[in-house]
Amino acid sequence: MTQKIDPLKKMNWFDRIAHPGQFLKWSRYLILPLAILSVILFGVGLWFAFFNSPEDYQMGDTVRIMYIHVPNAWLSQLVYVTMAVSAIGTLVWRHPLADVAMKAAAPLGAAFTTMALFTGALWGRPTWGTYWEWDGRMTATLILLLMYLGIIALWRSFDDQLRAAKLIAIIVLVGTINIPIIKFSVDWWNTLHQPSIVSSEGLSMPASIYTPLLIMMLAFTTLFALLQTNAMRTEILRRKADRQLRKSLNKENG
Amino acid sequence: MIDLGPHASFIIIAYLGVAIVTLALIISNIAQYKKQKNRVKSFEDKG
Repeated sequence: MTQKIDPLKKMNWFDRIAHPGQFLKWSRYLILPLAILSVILFGVGLWFAFFNSPEDYQMGDTVRIMYIHVPNAWLSQLVYVTMAVSAIGTLVWRHPLADVAMKAAAPLGAAFTTMALFTGALWGRPTWGTYWEWDGRMTATLILLLMYLGIIALWRSFDDQLRAAKLIAIIVLVGTINIPIIKFSVDWWNTLHQPSIVSSEGLSMPASIYTPLLIMMLAFTTLFALLQTNAMRTEILRRKADRQLRKSLNKENG
Repeated sequence: MIDLGPHASFIIIAYLGVAIVTLALIISNIAQYKKQKNRVKSFEDKG
């Protein structure tokens, strides 16, 4: 008599929630709450940004560009850190969801970095008198965008996604050196960029400006969580469909 | 709408650009999910 073995029973809780099939099941319950939270946060954040925050004493109304520039700049780096953690998961633990997360994050990172550069240029022209300056932070952010685009191209150039994952994981980890350069470039080199708004001396801006900034950062971060979850679900389904396609082709070819 | 001062065009273009890219990102995210879900479903229907 054969006994049916459930492989999930042998897994610990972490492996169980991170198993691609299980991830598809439980992550569907995250989509709607994250979407609702995003809409609320964007609504409140935009209301604060346009109707309940003062103009800056130096920059005037252009300070309102900060409410979309800083969240996108923050996400351009957070997404890369997410990819770096996933790269470690791919190389060290060979976790089945790690390379799915790494692949899903790259286009999102490219989009957030593009928006950070775009809004930065539009903020820079009236504030500094130039759209672009080859300073440390802007140049390193442009390099970050090129890295995202290169990683997306690499994923597309491989048929074998598991082989691609190992190579891309190494590239992602090497590229991590760019993140502290972006973060600390304003302290290391002369730049038009202002230093960090949070320091050991506290906040360098009034609460009336910091509040909409914080809400917009939460809104964009929630949006990233939503899009990343859905993109991971998409990638799992794509691999499942590809496997089924290969199976049916093998059947046809005998 | 509040008065955005002499640099209003920069502010409006920045917000419009981000809105367009964000919407495109959301639409593409949903469309790709639906496409893959339909692929899996069509294979499952074929058995």
